[in-house]
Amino acid sequence: MDETSKNIPESDIKLPTGEKLVVSSSPHLSSPERTSKIMGRVLIALAFPAAAGIWYFGLRAAWVILLTTVFCVAAEAVWCKLAGKPVKATILDGSAAVTGVILALNLPPHVPFYVPLIGAVLAIWIGKQIFGGLGHNPFNPAVVARVGLLIALPAIMTTWPAPRGMGGTYPELKQFKTSVDAVTCATPLSIVGTLPKITGHDFYAESNFRKIDSPELIRKYFIGCKGGSIGETCIPAILLGAVLLVCFNLINWRVPICYAGTVAIITGVVNYFCPGVTPSPLFHLVTGGLMFAAVFMATDMVTCPITGTGCVIFAVGCGVLTSVIRIWGNYPEGVSFSILFMNALVPLIDRVSALRPFGHAPKKSGEAAK
Amino acid sequence: MNKSSRSVMTFKNGIHPVYHGKELSESAEIRTAPLLARYTVPLAQNAGKPPEVAVNAGDHVKKYQLIARASGFVSANLHSPVSGTIKGLIEVPGPMGVPAQAIEIIPDGLGEEEEPLPAMDWRTADPKALLERIAQCGLVGMGGASFPTHVKLSPPPDKKVDTLILNGAECEPFLTADHRLMLEDPESVLIGAAVMGRILGIGDRVFIGVEMNKIDAIHRLNEKAEEYGVKIIPLKVQYPQGSEKQLINAITGREVPAGGLPMDARCVVQNTGTAAAVTDAVLRGRPLVERVVTVTGSVVRTPGNWKLLIGTPVIEAVKLAGGVTEEPGKLILGGPMMGFAQKSFDVPVSKNTSGILLLPQDQAVNYRSGNCIRCGRCVQGCPMHLMPCAIAAAVESYRFDLAKKLHVMDCLECGACAYVCPAKRPLVQHNRRAKAEIRRQTAKK
Amino acid sequence: MLTTTLASVAVMGCLGLFLGLVIGFFAKLFKVASDSRGDLVTELLPGANCGGCAKAGCSDFAKSVVSGENPPGKCPVSSAEQVNAIARALGIDAGGGFKKRAVVRCGGDIHQVARRVNYNGVLDCVSAGLIAGGPKGCRYGCVGMGSCAAVCPFGAIEIVNNLAIVHPEICVGCGKCAAACPRGVIELVPIESTVHVYCNSPEKGPEKRKNCKVSCLGCRKCEKAFPEKFKVEGFLAHVRYDAEVLPTAGDVEAVKCPTGALLTASRHKEIETNDPEFSNE
Repeated sequence: MDETSKNIPESDIKLPTGEKLVVSSSPHLSSPERTSKIMGRVLIALAFPAAAGIWYFGLRAAWVILLTTVFCVAAEAVWCKLAGKPVKATILDGSAAVTGVILALNLPPHVPFYVPLIGAVLAIWIGKQIFGGLGHNPFNPAVVARVGLLIALPAIMTTWPAPRGMGGTYPELKQFKTSVDAVTCATPLSIVGTLPKITGHDFYAESNFRKIDSPELIRKYFIGCKGGSIGETCIPAILLGAVLLVCFNLINWRVPICYAGTVAIITGVVNYFCPGVTPSPLFHLVTGGLMFAAVFMATDMVTCPITGTGCVIFAVGCGVLTSVIRIWGNYPEGVSFSILFMNALVPLIDRVSALRPFGHAPKKSGEAAK
Repeated sequence: MNKSSRSVMTFKNGIHPVYHGKELSESAEIRTAPLLARYTVPLAQNAGKPPEVAVNAGDHVKKYQLIARASGFVSANLHSPVSGTIKGLIEVPGPMGVPAQAIEIIPDGLGEEEEPLPAMDWRTADPKALLERIAQCGLVGMGGASFPTHVKLSPPPDKKVDTLILNGAECEPFLTADHRLMLEDPESVLIGAAVMGRILGIGDRVFIGVEMNKIDAIHRLNEKAEEYGVKIIPLKVQYPQGSEKQLINAITGREVPAGGLPMDARCVVQNTGTAAAVTDAVLRGRPLVERVVTVTGSVVRTPGNWKLLIGTPVIEAVKLAGGVTEEPGKLILGGPMMGFAQKSFDVPVSKNTSGILLLPQDQAVNYRSGNCIRCGRCVQGCPMHLMPCAIAAAVESYRFDLAKKLHVMDCLECGACAYVCPAKRPLVQHNRRAKAEIRRQTAKK
Repeated sequence: MLTTTLASVAVMGCLGLFLGLVIGFFAKLFKVASDSRGDLVTELLPGANCGGCAKAGCSDFAKSVVSGENPPGKCPVSSAEQVNAIARALGIDAGGGFKKRAVVRCGGDIHQVARRVNYNGVLDCVSAGLIAGGPKGCRYGCVGMGSCAAVCPFGAIEIVNNLAIVHPEICVGCGKCAAACPRGVIELVPIESTVHVYCNSPEKGPEKRKNCKVSCLGCRKCEKAFPEKFKVEGFLAHVRYDAEVLPTAGDVEAVKCPTGALLTASRHKEIETNDPEFSNE
């Protein structure tokens, strides 16, 4: 190296003119991380449950996913156009696509085309842009849309086609032919709601649930052989996505663990003392949208707390609410409602869980960060 | 707490920059620069009051001759880097972007040198005399803040200091000046550390913290460390390991209280370059007129480390490094994380210039103020455990009171948050704004 | 069915009645006697809550008027009729106050100022000023990122070609912009004044000239022509706003400012907003 610099003749040295110098605040380097990259990686992780959903429910599911995503992106474009925001840059950050896919994976596989359309408008306009766009929305847009659809179109949103491989193997799930071609079925959770609940201390009442809560069936539920939304049925695919998300540092691992853990503990305790009230915790973990929500919905960066402690509080809150709704509520499923409710508390949780800045004496209790 | 199972010491949080850029210059030996045609020595090179000019235009000065005298306790002497003629007081672009006063010197090439001050035997000399010598030689912190060294070494009597830490972390990407210095002249660094330890009256707790990516320097220092009673502490490669507060925390486990100085944690932190300068001052009686500077960047033809005289215009340093391969998009004095972007190449090298970094246009960050997606990377990265995203949101809506409650005043401006931000939000600039605003409001009251 | 309906109605009715009584009771119990004149004055005030009177808002100002602390004329926004109406209503003296307007004393738009550096960062004057002194070559002129426009409660400031321009017909002279400007370029001037020196740099003439085409060079032409109307301090001319007779458009023509830093407000606005070609010459 020493040699080369000596060999450069004076006339050959090109000196900078300084014409193109830019001034900005330090730091002058930045990580290669970009918002669009983050969203892209989330989409990759979402591809696992999406693929599983398509495998189980056929190409119709793929059509729903595509339609929802396209509608979401279009809704975002329309809003940006009307509001005078940069259209291309907003679309390219990928957040609308992520919302679209998450929403689609939350829909039953055979919904008519207008459901994704209404869902996309609900998610992007009401759920996100009305608050100022990406990063400003207090609620997860996909969850807002799902809850909106569930309340507005309950019949469509709770009609579940039977997945591939379910056949007539377990009549407990009440299969019946509908007027259309598809065979519909009930989800395990909705059956729990129809079974007579026995209050009090009748320990033998567990026979109520035995039909749907046997180890063999739970294995079936686990691999995805059950009725449900496109993305929520196949647990291995969701777990694969979760591993990916944690490896990419896109979600806080505390959220899914604490969420699922809380539900397992609460349902476990209730099941242990009053088996007639609710099925086993394992049943709760593998049925319904719990795993999907815990991995992909509750963990949404924008709408969950920033600090680790905050995430734990948030996830435990979600878990408690989900368990309460599942065990005692009127709805068979409580995941969306619980996430929505806890989203509203995030600013408070952020306050309570603020970190102790370096060099500050530990906070006294009651003197929460303001 | 940090001496637990972990093999190397570190602090909590912080970031790991993807590209270190040190390979550009870390194997280049320190070279001496040839004499230039002109030097512009900035007056205000120390924190505190700038020194008063002690020469007149037309005067002939020798190398090492005093040209500006300290104007108070928190001020430092300034010496001529060459023998030559004082042309006068001119305005040069300052490192902060605001024009600064500088003494222009035209060298005569005679190489006349001022008689050196008598050498001292640091093992027996009176600590007060040693301190006096350091003040005489115009030493300032050479890491960046350029606080006069003699001030740092004379803590008020009510503050007990029991630890001296030499900062050899050099956690900034691209910079290798301290690394080369520790590698090529470990003895100067060690003696300087021992001298400062003696001045502070601490014998056994003198540490040099070095990041693990300078393993060769750690070995070189360790060869002689015992002789001078200095302990070499290997540190994890983690940014900002070289920040005073984080360094103290990593090595001693103590926390400097908010708004406090290192001496509040019974520590004094000095730069390794300063230590070498202390050795020069005490053993050879030479004031501080030159320093090791890394001239680097991917557009620089032959990046390397040079011993540059104070007052060397940056453009000359770039010339030494063989010029550029393409027009740079950014000129930074210091490291890329905390250094200052410059408007012009006429800015001179001063006592705290650790590096001259030229970034190509596509490598420098382009802040875009995208939407915060609350990913929390800034919170995970903040070595002060603040919430930069929340502070920035407060500043954007001019809620400086809120920013203050979020402890923005503790911000080091280390840049970890803005580095990791996926939306490329100018978080550090927001914090600077908030700090300036809050200081202004406090001053008003 | 009917009983259920009736029961619900009855329950709700009783509940409403009970709560209404509770509210009524506490309203009586904790009643604070308020001065109705304060409310009257508040109504007569413009309600912009601009803070130009140095009070927390219009109702705060109204209280101070009623208590005699401030004359009604202290409100910078109200017109003379409005002020007189308040004075008549309270039977007090209207009190004088100079009506003022804000003026941005800088003509250095994007075409005239040497933009020495490319700036990348927060688009805010104060924040930009912290980084290497901001994007424009001149360190004393308008930064042009609109911190003043952001705080103006009346929307009277517009940013054209990186230069803030006050629309005098909208401006009421509350002074919020002057407080927000990090460079102190914005000055509050008497409402009658129409001629201003559009330069704020105290630097020497040649230095300024390097940075900006329309800077005041301190040539004293204006001062020599109308010593009672203009004064030059250092290297910068000022209009004597406290003079008996303020300079007029005719004076500007007579002076023939060599750089065009001395202008009437209307001409300045015309140049900046309508005629970019002119400034580009």
